[in-house]
Amino acid sequence: MPGPATPLFDAERPWRVALAERPGLVVAWTLLAIGAIVMMTPLAYMIGTSFKAPHEVYEINLIPHEPTFENYIFIFEKTRFGLWFVNSVVTSALVTISVLFFDALIGYTLAKFEFRGREFVFIAILSTLMIPTEMLIVPWYVMAKNFGWLNSYWGIMFPGLMTGFGVFLMRQFFMGVPDDYIHAARIDGLSEFKIWWKVALPLVTPALSALGIFTFLGNWTAFLWPLIVTNDRALYTLPVGLASFSGENLTDWELVMAGATIATLPTLVVFIVFQRYIIRGVVLAGLKG
Amino acid sequence: MGDFLTIERKLAIQAWIFLAVPIVFFGVIRFYPAFESFAIAFTEWNLLSPPRYAGLSNFSRLLNDPVFWIAFKNTFIYLAVGAPVSLVIAFVVAYYLDQVRFAHGLIRACYFIPHLTSTVAMAWVWRWFYQPPPVGLFNNLLNAVGFDTQPFLRSTFQALPAALAPAIWAGLGFQIVLFMAGLRAIPSSYYEAARIDGAGRWMVLREITLPLLRPTIVFLVVISSIGFLRIFDTVYNMTDNGAGGPLNSTKPLVLYIYETAFRSYQMGYAAAQTIVLFLILLVISLVQLRLMRTRTS
Repeated sequence: MPGPATPLFDAERPWRVALAERPGLVVAWTLLAIGAIVMMTPLAYMIGTSFKAPHEVYEINLIPHEPTFENYIFIFEKTRFGLWFVNSVVTSALVTISVLFFDALIGYTLAKFEFRGREFVFIAILSTLMIPTEMLIVPWYVMAKNFGWLNSYWGIMFPGLMTGFGVFLMRQFFMGVPDDYIHAARIDGLSEFKIWWKVALPLVTPALSALGIFTFLGNWTAFLWPLIVTNDRALYTLPVGLASFSGENLTDWELVMAGATIATLPTLVVFIVFQRYIIRGVVLAGLKG
Repeated sequence: MGDFLTIERKLAIQAWIFLAVPIVFFGVIRFYPAFESFAIAFTEWNLLSPPRYAGLSNFSRLLNDPVFWIAFKNTFIYLAVGAPVSLVIAFVVAYYLDQVRFAHGLIRACYFIPHLTSTVAMAWVWRWFYQPPPVGLFNNLLNAVGFDTQPFLRSTFQALPAALAPAIWAGLGFQIVLFMAGLRAIPSSYYEAARIDGAGRWMVLREITLPLLRPTIVFLVVISSIGFLRIFDTVYNMTDNGAGGPLNSTKPLVLYIYETAFRSYQMGYAAAQTIVLFLILLVISLVQLRLMRTRTS
């Protein structure tokens, strides 16, 4: 059964009615839609070209006349993209787990325990947000070099295992958890760790999922630090591998696009699956931050 | 009473147990390196021999280093062009998209997706678009409608805007989503009142929408300024050998820091540059705090 046609404009609020009365708004919608297509053009061409044979690459058609998987077969058989993909998945996932665990634990402790020095710890952690990564890369590199962490997963991961932003976000959310729940659990004899894990954590899953998604995406696309800490090709993450591969195959754009697609596809999948959390999370992080 | 105190103390001890590992982490991985940066900035150090105290020589060298000033100027251009251009586009899109119902979610997704994708991957797509004919899409389109071929990334004049474009493109989605959230948070009673008073569209925009959006605007100005000041991935991947060329015309501060530290291994000089970057970012954050505070008072 066809529902009522969706109107072009939202008429729920008065100023929207005023706007909807203007015929110019059809023009506005058309321009917005064209803008949306323009925004997607780079991604569309990247994916389209990754399925093109070399002789078709310079033609303007988006969809290949004779689609081929050759570029992907080449990339997975002749280069280390498969390995870089694994490196990226493992390091991003482990960092995300660490951030979720520790940031939630710190946020909870700062929100729900009363002890001397609490404010100091909170402000100290918050103040790390003022320190730009760029200022830390030289000391981090020296540290990694001295401890033998260069060219290792640990070397890629260690700077990001906890974040000031995540602590701030989680603390905000734990402050909204009623103390009664925690007291009741204490009376029931649960250990403090179990109270956090079983009682408090389930109440802040929206914040956890937002933090988890953004941490994963941030580490997946991270470039500067992995570029510095790895020079063994076997330890590259996808962005670093893509940069090096593309620099060496400057004229094989169909291969570069296949590599770029591999690096991008997981972010698109994450977006499609978690779209609602992501948009809400951006707003949440923006408003609280 | 005594019992009560012990429980309190027990909880305090528990809190410090939870915080033990994090305190070590933030101390060793965040604070110590931050102070170390300042210390390294006063040394000459190539990583092979031990650091040598060099006083303020790294800082005086900065003042006389033409490449540093070029990078400084480029960074400023990225910021001064990138932030206003992206914010104006984002506001216009958000302002109209907020009123759109038909295909609202789909259109929003199209604007937002570039924000999530890998900057490195996107830099290579754009780099390909900028290639001379018959390779690059942009030149093919220009030629098709009768315009001359443009050098884009090969020209010292066009390369910087060409490298800036994908950074603006990628940042729009984030700004649009936050602008729309800000617009939705404005109570409709304000608009009703304005309508009853017979205020025109421009008047409503100027007198109601923009002033009430101020917190969002301040936040986005600061966040996007910081983003453009730290631009690196795009430029590294769009220029030959990641050198910020041609002739340093696109090189931003962070890329120069990277080169100084990890291509010429001048750790002291690189640390001095990072301190300049830190001070600029600090000033911006303080300005933000100031602006936020005047609003509430």
